[in-house]
Amino acid sequence: MTATTVAPTAAVSAARPIPVARAFRFELVKQLAQWRVRLLILACWIGPAIAVIVVSGQSTLPSDTLFGREMHATGWAGALVVLSFAGSWFFPLLTSVVAGDVFSSEDRLGTWRHLLVAVRSPRRIFAAKALASLTVLAMCVPGLAVSGVIGGLVVGSRALTGLDGHQLGPLDAAGKLLLAWLCALAPIGLLASVIFCRSPIGLLLPAFGGLAMQLASQVLPMPAALRVTLPSFAFLSWNGLFTSPPQLGSLIAGVAASLAWAAVATALAYRLFMRRDFTSLAHDGSVRRAITFGIAPLLAVWALSAAVVAAATGATGSGIDQAKLQRSLATSFAHLYRVQGQEVNHLNVTEAQLRVTASCTKGSGLVADVGPGNDWRCVVTWHLPGVNDAVGQAVYQLDVNANGRYVADGDGPNEVNGYFVVHTPYGIAPNPLWQFDGLVDLLSPTSKG
Amino acid sequence: MRARGLTKLFDDVVALDKVDLDVPPGQIHGIVGPNGAGKTTLLGILLGLAFADGGSLEVLGAPVGRGRAVPDGVTGFVDGPGLYPALTARGNLAALARLRGPGAPTAGIDDVLEQVGLTDVADDKVRGFSLGMRQRLGLAAALLTKPRLLVLDEPANGLDPAGKRHVHRTLARLAADGATVILSSHRMDDLEELCSEVTILATGRVTFSGPLDKLAGENRELDYRLMTSDNDAARRVAAETDGITVVDDAGGVPNREGLVVRAPVPALDQLVPRLVQASIAVRELAPVVSPLETAFLALTERQESTQAKESVQ
Repeated sequence: MTATTVAPTAAVSAARPIPVARAFRFELVKQLAQWRVRLLILACWIGPAIAVIVVSGQSTLPSDTLFGREMHATGWAGALVVLSFAGSWFFPLLTSVVAGDVFSSEDRLGTWRHLLVAVRSPRRIFAAKALASLTVLAMCVPGLAVSGVIGGLVVGSRALTGLDGHQLGPLDAAGKLLLAWLCALAPIGLLASVIFCRSPIGLLLPAFGGLAMQLASQVLPMPAALRVTLPSFAFLSWNGLFTSPPQLGSLIAGVAASLAWAAVATALAYRLFMRRDFTSLAHDGSVRRAITFGIAPLLAVWALSAAVVAAATGATGSGIDQAKLQRSLATSFAHLYRVQGQEVNHLNVTEAQLRVTASCTKGSGLVADVGPGNDWRCVVTWHLPGVNDAVGQAVYQLDVNANGRYVADGDGPNEVNGYFVVHTPYGIAPNPLWQFDGLVDLLSPTSKG
Repeated sequence: MRARGLTKLFDDVVALDKVDLDVPPGQIHGIVGPNGAGKTTLLGILLGLAFADGGSLEVLGAPVGRGRAVPDGVTGFVDGPGLYPALTARGNLAALARLRGPGAPTAGIDDVLEQVGLTDVADDKVRGFSLGMRQRLGLAAALLTKPRLLVLDEPANGLDPAGKRHVHRTLARLAADGATVILSSHRMDDLEELCSEVTILATGRVTFSGPLDKLAGENRELDYRLMTSDNDAARRVAAETDGITVVDDAGGVPNREGLVVRAPVPALDQLVPRLVQASIAVRELAPVVSPLETAFLALTERQESTQAKESVQ
């Protein structure tokens, strides 16, 4: 053993951590150097425009997607189809590739120690990585929106039919589209990435998790308060902007809940990250840790936010009942009857003159008249303007989704809601009363009428 | 760098057990030990990646520990260099230089690339680099920060002879300029070539620390391969010399492969003049196993047997 006196050769200054701004730029350089990230950004800015233009020119439209059946009518429908599709499929993938990979990639590359020696602050590394992934997401998401709108404008900027049949002018449609995009963002990728680190699960979990929640929010039976407080509901709750008046209850609850999820998930990710031992090569996440620090707190957030929503709105069931459907269908029918009258007979009637009512039953009266299903049958009644006491009736089959969206399919009489074409400003189109989309507000109070 | 009683625990596992270590400026110091000896833990603590649970540590004259960060001028890598495959070699270094900011002392990117012999591939993506090229680029990244204490874990991994020469030359130059270099390696020949002092760790404890010649002195007998112009005659001379044992007595097999003699250094000093007096030309005299490797094996085996005895008791 030597005994040597250490003689500093120059003044020693304590190592200061690298500022977050510089670490952020470093992270951004790394992100943008990856071909898949660059490809993703490019696809976001080009893909939607091409898709809208191409699909709008096809004879068969994606009528399963909200606003898909209107893509011939107006370009704004195409832009909204992009948003619908992105919310269902693309956002989870985007979050996975960008935010989900931001931490786990350092494990795969074995660069954590290098990064820590260079930056000297795990806290600042976390902040820089979170900011960098948000920045890349911010480069992608506006691209989707702008590209979708450009594609829509090429198709044609005409009035859009809302989810209650009312007509939105181009400016109104554009404003609501912008608001819808703002509402439909819920970052949750960081947590999974931090929990599972080098495991491929760190990359795949946000995608699978997002898709699973998306399916859950659209399909699985659950109380309305639980459904709207799933973070993925923010991808759907913008639908409420396209009714008049807007269904703000579900929208606000959905956005607030997704922000709460994002905040808690980020806080948990930060806690896990700061507790990590970077000298241990064996660190690879664990199921127990994931459950204790990842899943359990988020389930608690979900339960708590659902309880708050239930208490505030009084919503306990599925949020879909006979009264709400009847009211929604009658409103949509009135608006669309007026559109049809103008296009076919050049009549100018008002909704008030029509005095539309609807009577709906589920399962031919064999089951309770509540909940989603494709077994709703409704009879719509209206007063014919100018004809004393004459009343018209039409039948609709309704396929009601668990998230409140429904498709009304005309079932006669044929001259009212059957399939025939009408002449519109943009050419020949199907009868607007034949098939249309509608939306039930899951959180609105039930009232008879 | 000065450590006293440095202790590090991972739950019940003692990774470092009261480690004392002194490394003066301008020295290249080797850390040797079997797998699990605590080398990476020690290097990680020197780099500020972890903190000791006990003992004291001074780096570049400044105390280091919880709440007291490693001072500026300390850099290096453990478990391989951290490089980003999507960036070029130059891109990796440029990103690191920008990360440090304009005020920090930073060497020129072209200069450090030239030092490690990567100028020709400076604009190639790191994705296609071999292990040796990555090691050299990792060293370049460390040099970029103008280090005063450079900590390297297995820097010679995957290096070809040319790469090894670049790395050795660079480290020697760095030490000559007054920087301290602490490196771990399993390549004993590298350590012997580079280091003036070594520390041998076994199960978290220091079993030896000091100059290499002291290590050779402590192990009195080594096996040496002896190649001469007349190996039969050399064998006879060796057998007649005090302190020399001919190990490789091949029993009359012609002299093509020379012979192996076991001897301490003073006995060798007698053997060589005798060979010359007998008109036998000495063409090669070198340890079969290096002194460091011999010591490493002896000390670690001794440690293992001691532990086995302790566990039996």
